[in-house]
Amino acid sequence: MKKSKLRNAEELFFRGVMIISSSVIGLALFLILWSIIKRGLPALSWDMLTQTPKGGFYFGKEGGIANAIVGSLYLASGATLLAMILGIPVSLYMNVNLHKRKKLVNSIRFLLDVMWGIPSIVYGAFGFTFMIYFGMHSSLLAGILTVTLFIIPIMIRSIDEVLMSVPKGLMEASYSLGSTQSETSYKVFLRQCISGVTTAVLLSFGRAIGDAASVLFTTGYTDHMPTSLTQPTATLPLAIFFQMSSPIAEVKERAYASALILTVLILFISIIARIISTRYQKHKIKI
Amino acid sequence: MILFQLKRLLRNKFHTIWMIVALIFAMTLPVVLAIGLYYKASGLLMEQSFFSIISSKDWRPLSGHFGLYPFIISSLWVTVLALVIAGPICLFSAIHLTQYAKSYVLKVMHPVIDILAGIPSVIFGVWGVIIIVPFVSQHIAPLFGKQSSGYTIMSGGIVLAIMIIPFILNILIEVFKSIPEELTEVTLSLGATRWMVVKHILMRKAYPGIVSAFGLGLSRAFGETIAVLMVVGNVTRIPHGALQPGYPLPALIANNYGEMLSIPRYDSALMLAAFVLLIIVIIFNFISRMVIHRMIKVM
Repeated sequence: MKKSKLRNAEELFFRGVMIISSSVIGLALFLILWSIIKRGLPALSWDMLTQTPKGGFYFGKEGGIANAIVGSLYLASGATLLAMILGIPVSLYMNVNLHKRKKLVNSIRFLLDVMWGIPSIVYGAFGFTFMIYFGMHSSLLAGILTVTLFIIPIMIRSIDEVLMSVPKGLMEASYSLGSTQSETSYKVFLRQCISGVTTAVLLSFGRAIGDAASVLFTTGYTDHMPTSLTQPTATLPLAIFFQMSSPIAEVKERAYASALILTVLILFISIIARIISTRYQKHKIKI
Repeated sequence: MILFQLKRLLRNKFHTIWMIVALIFAMTLPVVLAIGLYYKASGLLMEQSFFSIISSKDWRPLSGHFGLYPFIISSLWVTVLALVIAGPICLFSAIHLTQYAKSYVLKVMHPVIDILAGIPSVIFGVWGVIIIVPFVSQHIAPLFGKQSSGYTIMSGGIVLAIMIIPFILNILIEVFKSIPEELTEVTLSLGATRWMVVKHILMRKAYPGIVSAFGLGLSRAFGETIAVLMVVGNVTRIPHGALQPGYPLPALIANNYGEMLSIPRYDSALMLAAFVLLIIVIIFNFISRMVIHRMIKVM
């Protein structure tokens, strides 16, 4: 009798610990969003979004971070596009052409997972050596190439997860009608999974836009609007980082506002990704 | 008709070749990374041996002394602290979400984990400066009877812990899901309580998976840059406690990129730091992923 009471007490205790642990995680997210909104909102203004930094911006005078917002969008779009051109074929190849060689495909997945773990600063440092080797200066192009390397494993693996769910019968049906492997890949598999693939691409886009360490060396920083691939370009995470390290209160306030802009941007992307993954299923064949 | 067939076959050929090229490119990427960094670091390695750099405490770039030891120790401090904080939280939460939680809890927690995982590291850094640094300076340091600015290893550890939570949690959930339900059901039917099932069956079965999930978390924390850089203090000294400032490896690399090219061999030293980072992370990832892939068996 006593033993069972003890057991129940233990059960209750650990149940409590578990609920607390889960709440801590929820609370942490809430705290992050709340503090960024609370500090950022008062400092946010229309000028922040539409102006480039004017003279004296870094002493608290007027201006905004439009150059960084545009720069980040350029950078992330360019990198996502390049990563798509490389990544989608690889994941299709793994799931269609190599579908009989499970061992090989699993080793590729394994390697990609390992690569996913490589920190972005290492990609940044590599991008830098690459740049020096070819005599390039820090520029939008160098940034795009570096970030592309960084998001390729992420993109391939997320698309691969989606493609894995395609029923094999669909492939057999497609072959039996005489279609080639590439037609099966692009016209059957990709179309079947288009919503999942879009979600994966958007996730990679979010990664690309939020990463600071890989662009630190390669993209540089400037106060001008980006106009060419060979010019240094400002990016949002670095704008936050630089403003944050300023001792001047007004500039710090702006860092909070910039952080709010980036957070909203990321939340917006992840909400769209969520909506697409649940809603857009027009071409999906249900078996 | 023949022309049409030919066009299709050619297109197929073209696509297949491009797929293979892309695949090979992606697969050789880690090797290329390692070679590139090593190539740059070799300038320094020719003058000093690898182990003397790793174990030297002397960091004076201007006179050519590049001892990485203080930075490696700082990295270890921050990383281990982050794991000590995040580990139990993730473990209990993962058990909660896979064994106990009702569906509405899952409906709330899944987006929470996803959003937390997607927040950029610089945002965590800003949050750390706003909330964690004052908290450490005003509440945690006085608790131990010490004065502190708050820019300490402790702050870095807490911020990192929050950052790696979604990462570890997702893997742990996968690991727990991979354990056959029959096992838990049989034990329950014998009159065991839920917690007994967790303690005796689940934990034992999932043990390798849990360890490797922590290993992956550790290596993720090891490479985090900007967020840690913003809160950890960045003082070149070997830390002796969590309430002292530290200077982890990634922060070192990120902080000095500006002056890197003006001092001889400085760039070599920093690329060597990046190379060390890459090797450590790859080794950790390799072992942990190996165990997890065995457990979950993709397809």
